[in-house]
Amino acid sequence: MIRARQLSKRFGEKRVLAGLDLDVARGEFLLVTGPNGAGKTTLLRLIAGLAAPTGGELDVDIDRAEVGFLAHEPLVYRELTALENLELYGRLYRLPDRGERTGMLLERFGLWRSRNERTATFSRGMLQRLALCRTFLHDPALYLLDEPFAALDTEGADLLARELEERRAGRTAVVATHDPEPLQSLATGRLVLA
Amino acid sequence: MSTSSLSEDGRTGKAGPAFDFGVASGRRGASTLALAAAGLLVGGIALALYWAPEDADQGFSQKIFYLHVPVALTAYASFAWAAWKAFRLLSTRDSRYDLESYTAVHMGVIFGLLTLVTGSIWAKISWGHWWSWGERQLVLFLIVFLFYSAYFMLRYSTEPGPRRERNSAVYALFGVALIPVSFLAVRIAGTILHPTVFTHEGANLPWEMFLAFCVCLAGMLSLAGSLYLAELAGKRADVALRDLRELLA
Amino acid sequence: MTYASDVAALARKDLLLELRSRDTLPAMLLFVVSALVVFHFALPAEESERAETGLLWIAIVFTALLGLTRAFAAERDQGLLDGLVLAPCDRSAIWLAKCISVVAFLVVAEAVALPSFALFFGPVGWELVVAVALADIGIAAVGTLLSAVAAASRARELVLPLLFLPLAIPIVIGGVGASLAGNPASFLGFLALYDTIFAILSWASFEYVVTE
Repeated sequence: MIRARQLSKRFGEKRVLAGLDLDVARGEFLLVTGPNGAGKTTLLRLIAGLAAPTGGELDVDIDRAEVGFLAHEPLVYRELTALENLELYGRLYRLPDRGERTGMLLERFGLWRSRNERTATFSRGMLQRLALCRTFLHDPALYLLDEPFAALDTEGADLLARELEERRAGRTAVVATHDPEPLQSLATGRLVLA
Repeated sequence: MSTSSLSEDGRTGKAGPAFDFGVASGRRGASTLALAAAGLLVGGIALALYWAPEDADQGFSQKIFYLHVPVALTAYASFAWAAWKAFRLLSTRDSRYDLESYTAVHMGVIFGLLTLVTGSIWAKISWGHWWSWGERQLVLFLIVFLFYSAYFMLRYSTEPGPRRERNSAVYALFGVALIPVSFLAVRIAGTILHPTVFTHEGANLPWEMFLAFCVCLAGMLSLAGSLYLAELAGKRADVALRDLRELLA
Repeated sequence: MTYASDVAALARKDLLLELRSRDTLPAMLLFVVSALVVFHFALPAEESERAETGLLWIAIVFTALLGLTRAFAAERDQGLLDGLVLAPCDRSAIWLAKCISVVAFLVVAEAVALPSFALFFGPVGWELVVAVALADIGIAAVGTLLSAVAAASRARELVLPLLFLPLAIPIVIGGVGASLAGNPASFLGFLALYDTIFAILSWASFEYVVTE
């Protein structure tokens, strides 16, 4: 599904990725680890299509509508409520049953009670949970998660771990994290960036 | 298990379009063009000054027309070339068109500045003012010049990368759309806002004048072309040098 | 049908955001009225109606710039454009939705500016109103695209006016001409032509500006 050959990405003078070769088949769960600045975020952005390579090739054989991306930023509008944000994304992803999905995900991530509050009032951890709701809203076949456990408390981490397990079957994942331990059991492959 | 790993020789990957940046052929092409430019310009100016007849109304001062109009047309040609390269960049995503488009805009701005200067001199000689809002071509040029000057502001303030390339390309394309629209605007503005002064070119241009003009035009275009190739080669050399430096680092 | 519903969802979002935060529109309203007052003092006594009309158009262009600088503010500051670009909708829908909200803001600002102008200076004819309406479309079309272009730059508040003003010159020519000429038809026609050309160009090129 994802194929990279000699993938490079440079920002002005600074080269972040150089000569990376990668193969991810359907159904795999790839963990990407490495220190800060190694290029984990850049790699995910390249796969998601938010950035273009400056060298080499990258093939991602999947439709935009089937990709879920969890970025560093939660990608939610501060002045809208949690519900309104998910409603917007639900519309943009053409989900006819967005009402039910939204409700279900908010429930699963423990945000149902705060659904009508402006996200500007959310804590960092709540924003991360909402971002996860956004990521999984359209039930993507490929999900790309950048530091999914960041800012989550133990309860949030458990909810996420449960969610990832339940979504394992038939889906492909690339997860960047500096702490691979919680996801060892799920991973089928590991990429170490230096 | 997936076979994912950093390739061992990741550091020694290809340097890109680099070492063969066409210096050899570029140099050859640029020098023939430069020679042609020199020849045509010298010839054209000689023809203009000594051979073409003097204008009945304006006398000797009209001769600046042989400089001013070719320079103006060359500037337009540069902007059109830049827009074509910009279009190629957007349709093929090939980075090499970015440098070509940028260099062409640079040429256009240089020749645009020359147009404004020569036009201003002509205006001063003709009716004593350095600037006249009734002079439609000059006003149009001012608008276009401002537009493409902003292009440089955009480039300098954006980080190099695909984003800057695409933004610059889109802006360059907007420029060529602006030219005819502004031409129309300045034309209709003349009817209400600023009275149009009489235009310079008479209805019938004697063939001697026309010939001298064409030689000058060809000379200007060749000059722009050779400057373009020279600057482009320089820029490509910079890129290659940077890639090389990075490889060795 | 989905293109239209994408645009509707996004436009609704923009208008809702403004309703909640109320930062851009009040600033535009206050700015345009302040500008008109400054213009009164900037004009010598007994100055012509023509000069005043010209200044109204300046006020409109700069008020629009104020609004346009804020157009993609939320998306820029919080990286939200990524979220919209990732979605399966056509990127030009983002442009169209933003245009709609910019036009809405401009209309509200002009609903205050034109009566103020009539109060401070002189009567406002139907040609002026139609010209303003046509100009709004052109300003929004070009301005929205340029706002996204400027968003990628380090000096975005500085760059946007520089990019926008040369493109605004034909709009001002058309607008002032329509307001003052005996026969406004050619100027209004010109404004319509400008709108068509640049709306199509902006619509088609937005995709290239927000993706890499």
